[in-house]
Amino acid sequence: MGKEEQQLKALDKGKYRYIGTRPVRPDGVDKVTGRANFGADLKLADMIHGSVVRSPHAHARIKSINVDKATALPGVKAVVTGADFPMLSPSDRIPGVAPLSFYDLSRNVIARDKVLYDGHAVAAVAATTVAIAAQAAELIEVDYELLPHVMKALDAMKPDAPLLHEDMFTAGVEPKPTTPSNVSKRVAFTLGDVDTGFAAADVVVEHEFNTETVHQGYIEPHACVATITEDGMASIWCSSQGQFMVRAYTARVCGMEVAKIKVVPSEIGGGFGGKTTIYLEPLAVELARRAGRPVKMVMTRDEVFRATGPTSGGHAHCKIGAKKDGTITAASLQLEYEAGAFDGSPVALGCMTGFAPYDLENVSIVGYDVVVNRPKSAAYRAPGAPVAAFAVESTLDVLARKLGMDPIALRENNAAKEGTQAAYGPKFKRIGFEETLTAAKNHPHWSAPLGPDQGRGIASGFWFNIGGNSSASVMINEDGTVIVATGNPDIGGSRASMALMAAEVLGVDIAKIKPQVADTESVPYSDLTGGSRVTFATGKAVIEAAQDAVRDMKERAAKIWEVDVDQVEWRDGKAVAIETDKHQPLSVADIAGMAGKTGGPISGKANINASGAGPGFGTHICDVEVDKETGRVTVIRYTAIQDVGTAIHPSYVEGQLQGGAVQGIGWAINEEYIYDADGRLENSGFLDYRVPVASDVPMIDTVLVEVPNPGHPYGVRGVGEVPIIPPLAAVANAIADATGLRMTDLPISPPRLLAAIDAAK
Amino acid sequence: MGKHHVSATVNGDPVEFLCETRQTLLDVLRDELNLTGSKEGCGSGDCGACSVMVDNRLVCACLVLGVEAEGRNIETIEGVAQGEKLHPLQKTFLEDAALQCGVCTPGVIVAAKALLERNPDPTETEARYWLAGNLCRCTGYDKIIKAVMNAAEEMRGA
Amino acid sequence: MAKVVLQTELANSFTDGVTQLEVEADNVRQLIAALDRQYPGMGERLRTRTAVAIDGEIFQEPYLEAIEANSEVYFLPKIEGG
Repeated sequence: MGKEEQQLKALDKGKYRYIGTRPVRPDGVDKVTGRANFGADLKLADMIHGSVVRSPHAHARIKSINVDKATALPGVKAVVTGADFPMLSPSDRIPGVAPLSFYDLSRNVIARDKVLYDGHAVAAVAATTVAIAAQAAELIEVDYELLPHVMKALDAMKPDAPLLHEDMFTAGVEPKPTTPSNVSKRVAFTLGDVDTGFAAADVVVEHEFNTETVHQGYIEPHACVATITEDGMASIWCSSQGQFMVRAYTARVCGMEVAKIKVVPSEIGGGFGGKTTIYLEPLAVELARRAGRPVKMVMTRDEVFRATGPTSGGHAHCKIGAKKDGTITAASLQLEYEAGAFDGSPVALGCMTGFAPYDLENVSIVGYDVVVNRPKSAAYRAPGAPVAAFAVESTLDVLARKLGMDPIALRENNAAKEGTQAAYGPKFKRIGFEETLTAAKNHPHWSAPLGPDQGRGIASGFWFNIGGNSSASVMINEDGTVIVATGNPDIGGSRASMALMAAEVLGVDIAKIKPQVADTESVPYSDLTGGSRVTFATGKAVIEAAQDAVRDMKERAAKIWEVDVDQVEWRDGKAVAIETDKHQPLSVADIAGMAGKTGGPISGKANINASGAGPGFGTHICDVEVDKETGRVTVIRYTAIQDVGTAIHPSYVEGQLQGGAVQGIGWAINEEYIYDADGRLENSGFLDYRVPVASDVPMIDTVLVEVPNPGHPYGVRGVGEVPIIPPLAAVANAIADATGLRMTDLPISPPRLLAAIDAAK
Repeated sequence: MGKHHVSATVNGDPVEFLCETRQTLLDVLRDELNLTGSKEGCGSGDCGACSVMVDNRLVCACLVLGVEAEGRNIETIEGVAQGEKLHPLQKTFLEDAALQCGVCTPGVIVAAKALLERNPDPTETEARYWLAGNLCRCTGYDKIIKAVMNAAEEMRGA
Repeated sequence: MAKVVLQTELANSFTDGVTQLEVEADNVRQLIAALDRQYPGMGERLRTRTAVAIDGEIFQEPYLEAIEANSEVYFLPKIEGG
């Protein structure tokens, strides 16, 4: 093992008993036998079915809605329109929950005066069968006055563009604009002076990039069941990334108190950020209220594509200057992101992440958040970062070629490290970006020979990772087994990591620990599952709750032995009396069996707002083969390297890297929303919106670099988001290597690449 | 509109159900027979989450009508384990962490079982093409393919 | 005195474009109050719409976090995630 490799082994594996092992996940058997209940799997007695009426127009004023024919249809039990929901104010935000406008959320859940995209919900109906509900939806007559629509950011920014919102004035520009615009805000980040920096450069490269709207593509459509009693107590069973998020958002949209809504999380069939908001739940609650019966609502795949989730497409302009030795002297980035129908694209996060892997003196970054007649964008894995990184990492590749430099060496020359001031402001603590570059350089993939029409690309990426509010209860059962309850849906194996961390603290075998995703009335508030925060923040809560339980068990042992509690130590899952061999060690089961005699049931709890999240960096190597007759790109080898802090359950960490990489590959070469001239989505199904299938991709090799995060007791860094950031440029850089063509527009689909190949002939 | 009376075999048991003409086999399994292990991801045969066997043929249950089940032998994910004993594929999916959210898993396991019954020793490429009709958005397929290959090896050895 | 860095957008709105300020405060709440006294209206913006990084560590809901005499404090957009 070389010295550098030894450095990568920063973590002393020997110091943990359970962390770093690969037990079978606690919810696994349910999920391989079909027993696990997802959003659409619940049935209640007397339940009826809801269906949504959606706008067929990209932009139109609603002149009137006539529900008479639908209401008259036998079997129809309730109809709701926007008029049945409270109108919220533009300033209606919940501090602490999310920087989210409930005014916009409410109008996205159900349109009021205008529809703003193809698929925008206009009304909803509930009937005794799915078929009657669908038939009733077709009987609802909406009279529209068509308005001109605008689909692309750069078009929407033009002064004569159709306006989506008469009350939107661009924030972040001085003097404050007096005319409304589709640009909701301008953000800027500046370091040093780019003019001086570019003047000092020997080589300057710049490119423009365009990307399309893409969807998270979770396989499980949005689904919920809602009931509400005559005295206004609602229950919602649904698939989401956060039961407390669903409760807070539904309460606000329906004008209810949170205590009157109980949300029970089902298993979640993928989210990737797309289930961090609500669509159906308020409709189901209001339909259930009017019908007096439970209402189930399940989206079709067409509805999922037309009305939920996508992430922003947009335009980017990146310029980087460097000395001959590869030292970057200046870098600038301008981003225009399409937010969809309401403001709030992740453009600020794109701005903050694009140059974050590099130690730069002179940086200028500007971003514009632009509304267009597309569905309101939702978070998608590292929101905002992949498109920014596509621009930056592609431009760096061009720069490396111009300088005649190895692209890893160029990145090493400029890599951010501990103490580096990130382009978005603060200085980094201990990070592992350089370690990922070293691992890439030393990986056999980097030096493997390539065949004809093959090429290799490399790209890196950064994500903040976040902490936030998390709660956990660790309950010691009477036989010494343990329940660990948290408030975060398990989207990719987090029950296993919660159990492993609890096992580590308690010294109890993981087989005796049962992790539980609790409903909103069984555990205190937790922020949603997202931002790569659960293993970090909720893990921290679990660790503290387990420590609290250990403290209690030590006190019980002290009582049993009639010694002072500081005479008791917790060792390998047992209370041990120190400085005496008079007392036999007491196991958790021994102490639990005596709980009633020593003060009652035993549990530990922790309710925290976790800080100290450690940033994550990744570097990916991609090999492609290009069919020059068809323009088809095949990824033939792929290696994802990432600083993961400490891998609690390495299999699920590898899984995050592999899944993120393949989503990024899909973004690079297949996936895009295609609209017709009227602004109607043309490919709202998996046949035409093609996510990667098993035969499209190779094995995804992973290297887990472990540079522990000093902000977590076990060194955890979030890992879920970083892996979707590098692939877009890694693929494009590999294509450039194979063909000599710099593809700046995504997706690099066969027709687009073939046109470029033909043009270059 | 009257309902049709249908008799079929599901996971080895005789079943009878009433269904409308328009109901798919997937609707019948989930709504009439309470077998919710088969999932609806698209309703158009693109995602494979509703993969089931009909007379030993792998199909998307969303593309088959309930009435077409008459006299047929249907096998779903609920019939893959035998009592307490998991199928080797179910075991390797757990051991190899071949699922994240798990919603595609029932369909993938049913499809992979059909593959191994036809081809006990598939190459990686054969496994990838066979499973190309089963979308997974979480795993990137790596661990799924490994689990299928490992189950194949175990079953050949057994 | 802690060094405070504002985003350009905020600086344009309140400080005539000045992005670096020196402020005396023991915690974030005091810091925001001090800034609001100097630049009326700024406190509301900072309290509701920004995260803060103190010496490199990001806090999404900053309030009582301690600020040292030589701390560097950056106001940032809140960070969401997928």
